[in-house]
Amino acid sequence: MAEKTVRLKIKRQLNAESSPFWEEFEIPHGPSMNVISCLVAIQEHPVTRSGKKTTAVAWECSCLEEVCGACTMIINGMVRQACSALVDNIDQPIVLEPMTKFPVVRDLVVDRQRMFDNLKKVQAWVPVDGSFDMGPGPKLEESERAVHYELSKCMTCGCCLEVCPQFEKGNDFMGAQIISQVRLFNFHPTGAALKEDRLHSVMGKGGVAECGNAQNCVEACPKEIPLTTSIAEVGRQVTLQVMKDWFRK
Amino acid sequence: MSDKRIIVVGGGLAGLMTTIRICEEGLAVDLVSFVPVKRSHSVCAQGGINAALDMQGKGDSPWEHFDDTVYGGDFLANQGPAKRMCEKAPEIVHMLDRMGLMFNRTPEGQLDVRAFGGAKQKRTAFAGATTGQQMIYALDEQVRRFEAAGQVKKWIGYDFQELIVDDTKTVRGVVVMNMNTMKLETVPASAVVVATGGPGYIYGKSTNSFINTGSVATACYLQGAKYANGEFIQIHPTAIPGSDKDRLMSESARGEGGRMWTYKDGKPWYFLEEIFPAYGNLVPRDIATRTIYDICINQGLGLDGENKVYLDLSFKDPDELDRKLGGIMEIYEKFVGDDPRKVPMKVFPSVHYSMGGMWVDAETDMTNINGLYAAGEVNYQYHGANRLGANSLLSCIYDGFVTGPNAVKFANEVKPASDFDVLAEKSLGQSEKLFEQIYAMDGDENARKLHQEMAKWMTERMTVVRHNDKLEELEKKLVELRERWNHIGIADHSKVLNQEAIYVKDLQRMMDLARVLTVSALHRNESRGAHYKPEFPDRDDENYLKTTIATVSEDGPKITYEEVDTSLIKPRARNYAVDKHATEGEDK
Repeated sequence: MAEKTVRLKIKRQLNAESSPFWEEFEIPHGPSMNVISCLVAIQEHPVTRSGKKTTAVAWECSCLEEVCGACTMIINGMVRQACSALVDNIDQPIVLEPMTKFPVVRDLVVDRQRMFDNLKKVQAWVPVDGSFDMGPGPKLEESERAVHYELSKCMTCGCCLEVCPQFEKGNDFMGAQIISQVRLFNFHPTGAALKEDRLHSVMGKGGVAECGNAQNCVEACPKEIPLTTSIAEVGRQVTLQVMKDWFRK
Repeated sequence: MSDKRIIVVGGGLAGLMTTIRICEEGLAVDLVSFVPVKRSHSVCAQGGINAALDMQGKGDSPWEHFDDTVYGGDFLANQGPAKRMCEKAPEIVHMLDRMGLMFNRTPEGQLDVRAFGGAKQKRTAFAGATTGQQMIYALDEQVRRFEAAGQVKKWIGYDFQELIVDDTKTVRGVVVMNMNTMKLETVPASAVVVATGGPGYIYGKSTNSFINTGSVATACYLQGAKYANGEFIQIHPTAIPGSDKDRLMSESARGEGGRMWTYKDGKPWYFLEEIFPAYGNLVPRDIATRTIYDICINQGLGLDGENKVYLDLSFKDPDELDRKLGGIMEIYEKFVGDDPRKVPMKVFPSVHYSMGGMWVDAETDMTNINGLYAAGEVNYQYHGANRLGANSLLSCIYDGFVTGPNAVKFANEVKPASDFDVLAEKSLGQSEKLFEQIYAMDGDENARKLHQEMAKWMTERMTVVRHNDKLEELEKKLVELRERWNHIGIADHSKVLNQEAIYVKDLQRMMDLARVLTVSALHRNESRGAHYKPEFPDRDDENYLKTTIATVSEDGPKITYEEVDTSLIKPRARNYAVDKHATEGEDK
C-alpha cells in the first residue's frame, strides 16, 4: 500500500468477566493525528487489519485537551492520556491497553470509582458554611497560591496509581492522588479546620505510611504535580499528629 | 430532610451549583451524569469569570458589567435576568474563593483580575488558564460533602433518555440507561433540572467535547419544550484546528496583551487594532471572528495562503505567561509542538458556544413543561445574540442560584403523581422501542459518515456567514439525512457499554436539533451578533428585536417570536471602532 498508514494493536475485553484478546488495525494516516483520532477512525470502519469485521473499541473521553483525565490508558507500555499522545511522536504499532489497577468494564474502559470514594474518606473539601453571601474569602499570598494551584490541577486520572507498586486491586492503599489532596486542603485556611480528621484518615491502614517511596508517581503525573513532595509533607504532618495525639492521651 | 427528590441531569458547573442550592434548601438530589462529574465539559473553560469587583479602583460596577453584556449581546438578551446575574457576580466569585478555588492573586493577596473582550474594565477573576477546571473541582468537592451526608445520590454512567410527563404537562421523572448494562430504568422526581451544556458536536469539530451532543435538550424539545434563539451559535475566533477537535486558545491570551496579526503587503498587519481602535484585540468574539473570516476567505491574507492567522504572545515575559496562562501554553506546546513563549500561535475560528437553548421563564428558569428547569449553556438566557468571554462560567453558577430554589419551591408545592407507575411504564416502553430499533439496524448507511456529512454542511452554511438559499438547501439536506438515519447498519450488538448504539441514538437527536438551528436562522432576516446574513447586513430592531421560539410539530420546527425585555437599556447602535457610549442616541 503506497498510502501512509497507522498500525495499532489493541487489547480488548468484551465485559468485566471475559478474557482479554488482541486485535490489530491499520488506518489511513492524517495530519496532526492523536490516539483519539485513531480510535474514531476505527469507529468509522470497525474492520481489523486482516479484514475481519469487528466492533468499535470502547474507550472513555471527554475534553480531549488533557484537563479532564477521562481518556487515560496504557499506550506503548506507558500510562497517559490518549488525547495528548500524538501519532507522529510514538512508535508503531501503537499498543493500547486498559489501565491494570482498576476493574475493566469493556475494552479500554475501566472503573475508577475507588479514587472518588477515597476523596470522601479524607474529606477533600473546604467546609464552608454555605453558598450564601458572606463576603470575600481568606487572603492568600500569590507564591503560596501558585504552589497549591499546582496540586489543585489533579484530574483524578489515576496515572500515579497505575505506576505505584503499593497500589493494587483489592488492597486499601490510597496512593499519591489522595495524599496530595490532603496536603492541598490542609493548607487552605478554612480547609485546615478538618486537618486532624484528614490526618487520622491517612494515618492507619491504606495511609501514607504504606508508601514504598518508589517515586514512580511523580514521573507519571501528566500535570507534573510534585506528588513526592506532597507525600513527604503529609508524612511529616502525620508524624506531628501522632505526637499530638499521644500527648493528649 | 424532606422525602421529596429532584433530578439534576448533568454534572457540569450549572448542574453542580443547582445541586448545592437544592441540598441547602433541604431536598435530596438524584444527580445523573454519563461521565464522572469532574470530567464534564466545563473543565475546558479557560479564561475566567466576570464580576465587577472593581479590584483596581477604576469605578467598575455591576451596571457597567450589565451594560457591556447587553451591548455585547446586540440587545437580544432579556435585561432583567442579565442585570440580576451581573449584580450577583461579585458574591459568586467570593463564594468560589471561600470554597478554596485557587484564584490568581495580587501582591497584597487579593483577587487578581484581567481584561476580556467587549469590556473596558478589567473584571475577570481567573485561576491560571484552567478556571473552568478549578471551578468544577471546587463545586464537585462541595457536592461530595452532600453525597457523603446521604443527600445526593450520583448516577454516574447513566444516560438520560426521555422525560416522564403526565397529561397536565407536568414532569414526573425521567428514563435513564445504565450504560454499562444497557438497561433502562425509570426514576421518579418532584422536579427535573436539565443542565447538559451545548450542542457543539453537531458540527463535528468544534471546541466542544464529544459529549456535547445537545441530545438531552433535543429530547425535551421533542416532548414539547420550546427551544429559543437556536440560530445564535458563537464561533470563537482563536482555536487550533485539530484532527479530532479544535482546541480553544483562550480569549485571556488577548486579555493579557496578546496581539492578532497576519502579513499584508509583506508587513505585519495588526488588523483588529487597526479596524477597531477603541477595543483593538478585545473586540467581542462575533466581531473578531467575522474579521478573521473576511481576511482569510475573502481577502486571501491567511498565513501561507491557509486559513490561519497569528495570535502573538511571544513578546511577553515567559514567567508571567506561565503564571497567568500556563494551561493554554501547555496545550499549544503539547498539541502543536511549538513554544508560544517564543513563536506566535497559529489560530482560526471554531464553533464554541450556543447562546440559544431551551426556553425558560425569566424569573424562575422553568421551561414551558411544569417542573422542568434548564440551567447553564443549555438554556437561552443572559447572552442575547453574542456572549461575552468569561460570562459563561458566571451564567452557569448564577443559574444554579435561580434554578435550585425555584425547583425546590415547585417540588414542595406540586401534588404527587397519582399514576406514576402507568406513566413510567409507557415512557420506558418508548425508550425500549427506540433501542430495539437501533439494535435491529442492518442497513447500508454508516452512522459516522452521516454525522460527517451533517457536520460539513452545518459548518459551511450555519456558522459565520449565512445565506437564505443555502440555508434552505441545508434544511432539505438535514431532512434527507434524518431519513437516511433509518438505514444505518450497526456492527455492535453487545449489551455491555455499547457506545455505538448510544451514539446512533444521539445522532438522531443531533439531526433534529440541527434542523431547529437552521430553520431558526432561515427565518431571521437581519444581522445581529453571531447571526450574519450579507443579504440583510443591518440589525433590524423593528422586525427582529425578538426571541426566536421553535416548537416541535409534525412538519418540523414551528417558528414564533416573543418580545425581548429591553426595559432598562434602550437599544443603540453597536460599534466597537468607538467607545460603547459614543452611539447613545443612535437608534439603529
